[in-house]
Amino acid sequence: MIRTEELLLNVGPQHPSTHGVFRIVVKLDGEVITEATPVMGYLHRGTEKLAESLNFTQIIPYTDRMDYVSAMTNNYVLVHAVETMMGLEVPLRAEFLRLIVMELQRVASHLVWWGTYLLDIGAMSPFLYAFRDREIIINLFNELCGARLTYNYMRVGGVKWDAPPGWMDKVKDFIPYMEKKLEEYDKLVSGNEIFLARIKGVGQYDAATAIDHGLSGANLRCTGVRWDLRRDEPYSLYSRFEFDVPIGHNGDCYDRYLVRLEEIRQSLRILKQAVEQFPSDGETMGKVPRVIRPPVGETYVRIESPRGEIGCHIVSKGKAEPYRLKFRRPSFVNLQILPKLLVGETMTNLITILGGIDIVVGEVDC
Amino acid sequence: MSDEEKENLKANELTEQQEAMEPKQAPPPIDAEREAKLKAAAEARAARAAAKAKAEAEAAQAELDTPKEPSPRQNDLERYVRLIEDTVGQGTVKESGLNELNADMPMLVIASEQWPEVSLLLRDHGELRFSYLRNVSGIDYETYLEIVYFLLSLDNKQDVAIKLRTDREAPSVPSATPTWSTANWNEREIYDLLGISFTGHPDLRRIMMPDDWVGHPLRKDYEPLDSEV
Repeated sequence: MIRTEELLLNVGPQHPSTHGVFRIVVKLDGEVITEATPVMGYLHRGTEKLAESLNFTQIIPYTDRMDYVSAMTNNYVLVHAVETMMGLEVPLRAEFLRLIVMELQRVASHLVWWGTYLLDIGAMSPFLYAFRDREIIINLFNELCGARLTYNYMRVGGVKWDAPPGWMDKVKDFIPYMEKKLEEYDKLVSGNEIFLARIKGVGQYDAATAIDHGLSGANLRCTGVRWDLRRDEPYSLYSRFEFDVPIGHNGDCYDRYLVRLEEIRQSLRILKQAVEQFPSDGETMGKVPRVIRPPVGETYVRIESPRGEIGCHIVSKGKAEPYRLKFRRPSFVNLQILPKLLVGETMTNLITILGGIDIVVGEVDC
Repeated sequence: MSDEEKENLKANELTEQQEAMEPKQAPPPIDAEREAKLKAAAEARAARAAAKAKAEAEAAQAELDTPKEPSPRQNDLERYVRLIEDTVGQGTVKESGLNELNADMPMLVIASEQWPEVSLLLRDHGELRFSYLRNVSGIDYETYLEIVYFLLSLDNKQDVAIKLRTDREAPSVPSATPTWSTANWNEREIYDLLGISFTGHPDLRRIMMPDDWVGHPLRKDYEPLDSEV
């Protein structure tokens, strides 16, 4: 007698394809997923609670550890929120430095995604290519602030360190280098038939679903919604530069892949203009009170991180510590659509879809 | 050493001491010059402080004199309030205002019983179309708890913050998950960390803390069950 039964399979938390300690419990009918339940919290450190007893400068290193693949943008969202509340002016040179490191960070972050995503779906060498090129950016950051991943670079009112002599020339040299490497990436992967068979049409959703689930970043733009906070709610100096916001049309993993690769190109375009316009001298710290006390009230600022809209909601009672600090983490919100996408897919596509969302568990759990 | 020699030595020491001390006693002309400098510096400081105080007072007066430019968002705020009150009922909007610290983002406090109806109106009304929920925050204000929904209209490029208030003892508000799927995990997180229950939520479980955790860590009076751990 033939009998069938459903299989409960636990994926993670210790699994290389979950990019950290993310766990998902799936119900399987043969090879097909009938239900998926993400389980989170393995990396929950209570950043928001800890922040309530720290002053704003002390919180900056904690933001490094949220999205550790893109620490510069996390630094920025916190200091930007405090500056918005206090109405502080940031010197032009400092703001340029911030913008340049944020765009370099976007390139580095997308390179990590590109390498690890292809590793997830079975291609080993792209990972080595991506990390080779990312290493250049990491070395640039190391030279600038003495750290490779957790930079603690920005301060309320400016940046901690000025660019050392010759640093900007290295950034200038990196741009044409990376442009050339992107062509190599395309030749190596983008047209590969096996790769296309794995990701075309997988994890597809439309614009209405994406908006309903609050997706942001490449996850939203792959459906054809042209929404980028750098263009639509400009912050920092982005309104000075020319760049395009790439979009996809099918909302599948392949479109997300193309959007992210194009975003690297656009970041390089911004970098090229920023390096040219970089002021030759000036302050790197604005006039900031010795003790940073935002006025009583609240503010919510948001910027475009490589993963989407990262937001910072500060409630202040006029003290040096925030009364309540809440981060809107793009990975956390983007991940919500995962159970919906997985139903009806095969087990092999679980990794393809999860990787395509591009999560960082430090940010999911915060 | 004879007594005479000792005397001589002592005298020498004394003159040496005197010589050493002499430069410390500044000669009178230099002293006067220094004093004059100090006085001038003090006067300059006082003058600067007075000028600064005067400038500040003038600026404050000028601010009072010139009527504040009405914010471009004021009309939006009034329109939102009117639309909600006309459709859902008078008294739905308990408080409203513009958040000056946040680029004048309109802020509305909604009676929580009407929240499901208001949320649908905000999402679907042709003039509003707040289809995108960007963030949900929960705050413990010690006398009450507050939930803030930050909404965005991708078509109109407008944003609004909607606040719900609930008491601390039995905190409960209607869920926004049926309207925006984004709210699902965000509300679970608030339930987990602040202990607010969302009625109508499809899957209200802890999300960050372990299932057997006691208490809600983001409450201001939270004390860990076992603080030694």
